[in-house]
Amino acid sequence: MNQENQWRYGFFLGCVAPNRYPMIESSIRAVFDHLGAELLELEGAACCPAPGVFRAFHIPSWLIIAARNISIAEELGVSPLTGCNGCYGTLRDAWFEMEHEPHLKKMVNEHLAKIGRKYKGNLEPKHVVQALYLDMGIEYLRDHVKHKFKDLKVAVHYGCHILKPSDKRPWDGEYENPTFLDEIVELTGAKSINYQDKFMCCGAGGAVRTAVKEVSADFTREKLANIREAGADIIIDVCPFCHLQLDLGQMEANGVYKNMIGEPFKTPVIYLTQLLGLSFGIDPNKLGLIKNHNLAGVPPFISIDPFMEIVKEQLI
Amino acid sequence: MSDNVEKYIKRNVNKGINSRIAQKFVDAGLEVMRSCINCGTCTGGCPSGRRTAYRTRSAIRRALTGDESVLSDIDIWLCSTCYYCYERCPRNIPVTDMIIKLRNIAVEEGYILDPHFSLANDIFYVTGHGVPANGEANKKWQDLRESYGLPPLPPTVHTHPEAVKEVQELLKSVGFTELMENAAKLKGERAKKEEKKEEVK
Ligand code: SF4
Ligand code: SF4
Repeated sequence: MNQENQWRYGFFLGCVAPNRYPMIESSIRAVFDHLGAELLELEGAACCPAPGVFRAFHIPSWLIIAARNISIAEELGVSPLTGCNGCYGTLRDAWFEMEHEPHLKKMVNEHLAKIGRKYKGNLEPKHVVQALYLDMGIEYLRDHVKHKFKDLKVAVHYGCHILKPSDKRPWDGEYENPTFLDEIVELTGAKSINYQDKFMCCGAGGAVRTAVKEVSADFTREKLANIREAGADIIIDVCPFCHLQLDLGQMEANGVYKNMIGEPFKTPVIYLTQLLGLSFGIDPNKLGLIKNHNLAGVPPFISIDPFMEIVKEQLI
Repeated sequence: MSDNVEKYIKRNVNKGINSRIAQKFVDAGLEVMRSCINCGTCTGGCPSGRRTAYRTRSAIRRALTGDESVLSDIDIWLCSTCYYCYERCPRNIPVTDMIIKLRNIAVEEGYILDPHFSLANDIFYVTGHGVPANGEANKKWQDLRESYGLPPLPPTVHTHPEAVKEVQELLKSVGFTELMENAAKLKGERAKKEEKKEEVK
């Protein structure tokens, strides 16, 4: 079986991963390469555009820029693949809506023609987790596990747009109690622990972070309090924007809600492919887990050292 | 349903709908909200409503009854688009989509918040990214990328100036630039009116 040909995707980067959390981009590239999947570059791709802001400003603009992004992957004959719930929300909803409402597709193509592009819509936008779980499958992933954690308690954070709206997602309508992400996490020997309101939003989306940071930080505060209460060692997420909110937003919550939370929060935030890669035996340097710079004011804002200690004790 | 009953329902629920903006609510399809039974499920599961004065049901209802003040209210910008209300509404109303449509109308009427306006015009329109890493001011982000073994800028619009032009051309073609100019104008006019009011006081 030629897996290289079977698993070819157009890597849609979005904004937050490449431009603020490049360790996430590195780790996705490393893990997909390790699994024999090919990621093609989507040259000239733009912001997805972000659903909470740009879709909320002007739906037609949102749809047209999304269609342009998808069309770049179509030219290469591959599905766009994203590691971001926000980009996934945009690309997938835009694709879904244009597939179900031909007049939208027609309108979009009238505009795209002006820049010499065409949107066809024959290739389904996918999430990194969707590629891992539905395209490759849990058994294929299990075959690559080399090291297992002995005692690591993980608070899994799905985020919203990987699950919802569920009629436009590939999880058979499941959004209240999905397990696909927990299953992947537990392949590494880690334990996905239950915590209150596990599926609650991180607070970043919907233009809320841009507009009213304190409200965002309050979502995050509640989430983090529940995670700490449950005794998690780390948070695992699958979205760079959730990641930013849980990492940088964790600092913000520590500041704004200082008097409310007792001890400051300090739960390391790790992206799924960083954890998975470690378990596959990939060099932590390639997974963006080792700091090789002296830059100030860059992530991770919440130290991941406690996690790397666990890695040293249990995996090496 | 007989014609009479149909008319009766319309007249009662939409009694406020005769203004220009209220008509916009109807045109945007917000009428599907008429099947709302006011059960409060949307508000009950809303993570934003748990910590702010935002009430999903009430925002939608205000729009439905033609109450224009819902557009200038910060409330409609407090939804994090988590889609719980959309999923759980027993009447299958796509609640989150309705809120997004309300925001579209708000922007059209010049009710766009400053950080959003600047994100759209000074960042997205200029760079093609919502969160850019190009230019001298963003040097540290380029260095950070390199430290993780990546090229300083991604293969996106950031390394394809012609792609930025494409995005701008599309945004002009679809009316985004015009929409933003108009929003700025309306915002400006409103601010002036407020100033005058202050002076009079
Ligand atoms: S959940 Fe649906 S039916 Fe119930 S109040 Fe909200 S919009 Fe109305
Ligand atoms: S989508 Fe918005 S209004 Fe609906 S429950 Fe989530 S935050 Fe509340």
